[in-house]
Amino acid sequence: MNQVVATAGSAALRWLAAGWSYIRAVSGDDAYERYLSHHAAEHPDQPPMNRKDFFVQRQQQKWTGVTRCC
Amino acid sequence: MNKIFGVVLAVIGGFALGGIALYRQEPINSLWIVVASVCMYLLGYRFYAAWIAAKVYLVDPTRATPAERLNNGRDFVPTQKWVAFGHHFAAIAGPGPLVGPTLAAQFGYLPGTLWIIVGAVLGGCVQDMTMLMLSMRRDGRSLGQMARDELGPFGGFAALIGTLMIMIILIAVLGLVVVNAMKHSPWATSTVFATIPVAILVGFYMRSWRPGRVLEASLIGVSLIALAVFGGGWIDQSGMRDAFDYGGTSLAWFVIVYGLLAAILPVWLLLAPRDYLSTFLKLGTVFLLAIAILLMHPQIKMPAITQFVDGSGPIFTGKVFPFVFITIACGAVSGFHALVSSGTTPKLISNERDVRLIGYGSMALESLVAIMAMIAATLLDPGVFFAINVGAGIAGATPEAAVHTISGWGFPVTVDQMAQLAKDMGEKSLFARTGGAPSLAVGMASIFGSSFGRGLLSIWYHFAIMFEAVFILTTIDAGTRVGRFMLQDLLGHVSEPLGRTSWYPSVVLSSFLIVAGWGYFLYVGVIDPNGGINILWPLFGISNQMLAAIALSVATGIIIKNSKPVYALVTGGPLAWLALITTVAAWQKIVSPDPKLGFFAAASDMASKLAAGALPPEKAAVAPQLIFNQRLDGWLTVLFTAILWLVILDMARICVRRLSGKEVARSSEAPYQPTKLESLPLPGDLHGAAPAGH
Repeated sequence: MNQVVATAGSAALRWLAAGWSYIRAVSGDDAYERYLSHHAAEHPDQPPMNRKDFFVQRQQQKWTGVTRCC
Repeated sequence: MNKIFGVVLAVIGGFALGGIALYRQEPINSLWIVVASVCMYLLGYRFYAAWIAAKVYLVDPTRATPAERLNNGRDFVPTQKWVAFGHHFAAIAGPGPLVGPTLAAQFGYLPGTLWIIVGAVLGGCVQDMTMLMLSMRRDGRSLGQMARDELGPFGGFAALIGTLMIMIILIAVLGLVVVNAMKHSPWATSTVFATIPVAILVGFYMRSWRPGRVLEASLIGVSLIALAVFGGGWIDQSGMRDAFDYGGTSLAWFVIVYGLLAAILPVWLLLAPRDYLSTFLKLGTVFLLAIAILLMHPQIKMPAITQFVDGSGPIFTGKVFPFVFITIACGAVSGFHALVSSGTTPKLISNERDVRLIGYGSMALESLVAIMAMIAATLLDPGVFFAINVGAGIAGATPEAAVHTISGWGFPVTVDQMAQLAKDMGEKSLFARTGGAPSLAVGMASIFGSSFGRGLLSIWYHFAIMFEAVFILTTIDAGTRVGRFMLQDLLGHVSEPLGRTSWYPSVVLSSFLIVAGWGYFLYVGVIDPNGGINILWPLFGISNQMLAAIALSVATGIIIKNSKPVYALVTGGPLAWLALITTVAAWQKIVSPDPKLGFFAAASDMASKLAAGALPPEKAAVAPQLIFNQRLDGWLTVLFTAILWLVILDMARICVRRLSGKEVARSSEAPYQPTKLESLPLPGDLHGAAPAGH
């Protein structure tokens, strides 16, 4: 019985964690972490931007085209 | 298995749709409409979209997408398909699908509902998926660039002018909706005002205090805005009430000044944080509304078809054909989506086969939002619906006159009923609150109230108003900014420094010109005693459908060049329909001798009344502006129609050359490269990555 509860509990936790990661990805909350891993893979010889500079640049770029509709 | 699923869907959907169309004796339940629409979207997605992807666009899962080839970790980023779906849906979902169905409900629930479903499945979803596909195969090029490459310089220029015009009309009409929702409502006005300092606070939080912590900042902002809804109720009862009680013209000036500031201030201060807040509110509210409709599944009280299909409608004039198709653009076919589908999203797609989910699927979901707006409008007593949505110039200036007129149409309503409703919603009066937002808010408050607690009706009402206003102000900010970039692009051809997007004098000048453009239409709409929406909304619908027709022309030209000519019907069919309805609607708006329908007829009618001294003094004072505006709207309609047909002819020229075997401009598709990308797992996926190609 306890086994079943523990399994169900950990499954529920994993689903919650997956949901949270999804929300972070869709909202762009994890964008800097993604940038760091991309940067480490592609340009390991150069230092990456810090969090603030990255965010400023990303926001400027986001609002340069048509990003919102009616 | 898939076939059985399809057959079951077809049977349920067909049964529900047939039920809606044929069942006339008693009020119908809204659940029928939800079931019918969802089944149709799923059928369209499962069969039509899959067929288009496989046969017409030859979707190739082994072909590397621009996100993979040009991956720079910033705008070109291979993104998991559900994450890209979330991004794309947040980008296309705006206030449009909430307003159009509400206005079109004057014809009854049936015409609008059928058009939303059929228009989306065969037209809107196909357009969005097509633009996404074509832009993705061309390294994420914009609609304007594709029009130039594939049709020629004229097509590109027409797309640019068309986009700029639609932007100006769109912002004006949305500004009018928000002004009408706040007019003489201290609760709504103070709540909407409070969202500005909240957005600025969130902006500082995300930039300086905790850079890039988007979720934390948004959570704080959304909680503060929710508090502001309660705070507005407190202000409404307190001595500060009068400080937030404004008429239409003051609020119009507020929106104009706000729009100008938002366009010239740095994006991180106002625009970007407001967008985060409105996106969370939007997705949350839509989700909540869906659950509430399923829980409550209200009866639809509006008849299936009203007598106003003959063209005598009090909210806007014009017969059901073509005007239901013009009034509901967003939610069925929205040309604006072609801009988003050929911009940010194609740079995120990690595999070509995701295009069906992201393009077709997002639009189907947006169409479902329009269905929910239709339900929220038609669950009201029809008499109440018309009392809220018909301008004082038509229904009558006093409550007694208005209920007399509306009851005379066969939709009984009483002064007491309206007074009680206004009291429940925490408003002074709900008569003649045109624009669609107040009636949608009343509908949403009734749904939320009966699902999640009836005592809070006034809170729900003002929550709904605030939600629409926040949404709309975001579109005003973002639209003004986009309009500014386009204008700078145009001005750059005249004088080079004016084209520099970072040169401050040029930023201020071009922002000012764009704001002046929409500010003019907004101001005239506010002083119009008939509410202004009845003039501006059809103009917006015509321009939005015109943009869709331009996008579909580009697509048809490309299909003719690259594929079996008969497949061009996939986009050519919706194009023919849109060209028909916009042309018929434009023709009627231009030549109709009925002053309620024709722009020029209205101008002449008012001019002769003014000359004869037949207008009451308050109308005579604004008449010259209204007369000028009607003529201007008439000429704009002529311009829209001319642009539309020139683009269609340009496309037809390409088709004829291609079919008669002559040389046409080469397709600008990027060459094939095989993909090396493995299929991306969902963020935090439990099962890990699946191997590519499965």
